[in-house]
Amino acid sequence: MNHWIIAPVVLPALLAPVIAYVMRHDIKLARYASVAGTVMLAAISLGLLATAADGETHVYYLGDWPAPFGIVLVLDRLSAMMVLLTSILALIVLWHAIATEWDNRGRHFHALFQFQLMGVCGAFLTGDAFNLFVFFEVLLIASYGLMIHGGGKVRLKAGLQYVVMNLAGSTLFLFALGALYASTGTLNLADLAVKVRELPVEEAAILRVSAVLLLMVFAIKAALFPVQFWLPATYANAPAPVAALFAIMTKVGAYAIIRFYTLVFGPDVAAVDGLIGSWVMPAAVITVAIGAIGVLGARRLMPMLSFAVVGSMGTLLLAVAAFTPEAIGAGLYYLLHSTFAAAALFLLADLVVTRRGSDALSAQPPIYQNGLFAAFFFVGAIGVTGMPPLSGFLGKLLVLDGVRDMPWMATAWAAILIGSLVTIVGFARAGSVVFWKATALADPEAEEPEDAEPIGVNALTGVSLSLAALVLLAVFAGPVMGYLEQTSAQLFDVSAYVEAVLGQPGEDLK
Amino acid sequence: MEMIVASAIGVLTAGGIYLILRLRAFPVILGMALLSYAVNVFLFATGRLAVNAPPILNKYADVSYSDPLPQALVLTAIVISFGMTAVLVMIALGAYLEADSDEINMTDEDDAQDTEGQGV
Repeated sequence: MNHWIIAPVVLPALLAPVIAYVMRHDIKLARYASVAGTVMLAAISLGLLATAADGETHVYYLGDWPAPFGIVLVLDRLSAMMVLLTSILALIVLWHAIATEWDNRGRHFHALFQFQLMGVCGAFLTGDAFNLFVFFEVLLIASYGLMIHGGGKVRLKAGLQYVVMNLAGSTLFLFALGALYASTGTLNLADLAVKVRELPVEEAAILRVSAVLLLMVFAIKAALFPVQFWLPATYANAPAPVAALFAIMTKVGAYAIIRFYTLVFGPDVAAVDGLIGSWVMPAAVITVAIGAIGVLGARRLMPMLSFAVVGSMGTLLLAVAAFTPEAIGAGLYYLLHSTFAAAALFLLADLVVTRRGSDALSAQPPIYQNGLFAAFFFVGAIGVTGMPPLSGFLGKLLVLDGVRDMPWMATAWAAILIGSLVTIVGFARAGSVVFWKATALADPEAEEPEDAEPIGVNALTGVSLSLAALVLLAVFAGPVMGYLEQTSAQLFDVSAYVEAVLGQPGEDLK
Repeated sequence: MEMIVASAIGVLTAGGIYLILRLRAFPVILGMALLSYAVNVFLFATGRLAVNAPPILNKYADVSYSDPLPQALVLTAIVISFGMTAVLVMIALGAYLEADSDEINMTDEDDAQDTEGQGV
């Protein structure tokens, strides 16, 4: 048994209380500890990725209790990749938060940050449905704290709304798990996969209810229509580095959808025959439309970026809705891309808005080093709208190709292509209002303000690293796609997963 | 008994949802509490209803027992919902004191107001 599998959960879980209790009066110490912990997390997840790359499903039995009686953590290609993505994003966001002093505007930023990482990594690694619920709660309770970090009237109100929304979601999750347990008698994912396929179709009514309830819960997390409405208010009012970190939170929902509806309620399960894909597809199309219209109609920069996140989740889930190995591989590439693209733009928006003093999309006198920020915004916008040469273009191309054989191919292509066009117009408008029209208002007589200080390398590092990730994803698209194709092939190999976890052949499961 | 438990869950859920839709902090907190009671009873019932049966297997005699797993799940759910309610009360209090209003939904005013003075 490889004990490193539990390290991404245990490390932040041990570090966070130490930061909260021992280092709460010394922000420097907390920063060192938090950065060191996150670097270690990244190193561990690199190691885990190398472990998982052999194509085996690695299982960690907590307390050495045999499955399905104990809780298991499962490391396969998908979970290893998601944990690595989390740790790299965390490192970028943490660096930015420290460089811009965001972590010092309220208390316990670093402790909450580590708890958040614990919850996210745990959700990606667990192989037990109830344990997934527990890790969801861990990441949510940390996100409540991060969301209202720094305080302020509008932010607290948005935070309250976010908390209520997610508490209702958690209740729904419990109802779904109860229904699942009542009809199958187990909550271990591998065991569920076996039991669900054994259940006669005429007794599967409760099972279908729980499958749809679970989809609803994960749709809330993934901001899928009709439960996407919480996202713009939350992301737009959260501290910008936190909004950048939250880029991974919507992906937790997408990950849970992918995991549950390939492994437990896979396309080969008669009881939920085609049910999920036929719900997710129209919802994803509408989500793309809402995202695009939102980007075009936003009056402030932060809500505009939030709607761009909604739109990207729609594109991602459109690929997932096909539930074929090719489409899910393409969706995973787009997932990697959209995480870094959203993070880059939120971090950049933080720098710009702090200097402008307002994030309204209206012309104002230019900020110091206007051109530099405009250039960064240009690159970020190219990434997020999906234009060449960055990875967004490749991602969308792969998604289009992945859904080509679907009966609803025309709808999906129209949604993605028109959505992209509208998003490009929205970003072009925002960029020209914020950076270009601003130069017309500049007073040529005015001297450089004396307190103007060129932006430091540290503050730009976060944005640059996220944009570099987009470039790297585009340059190494071949090897990355090779890994992702193997990942989605492994996802659809249910019997190998079941065999690895339960230690017995999963007979005739595909 | 099934009838009583089922209608109790139904009434609690209906009450909870009604209160959440009031969109004011205090009714919403009460509604969340009602919903979490409903879900706890529901989880309890997922192990099938059994009266006077211990959650232990008896290897000496063939007596009835109740499913221990839902009881463990309920315990976890109670602890989590208790903690979450506490967090919700604190955040609701903070939002009420800051905004001088206990409405949950964002108004157009809030949306239009840029976050000037908050740093972002």
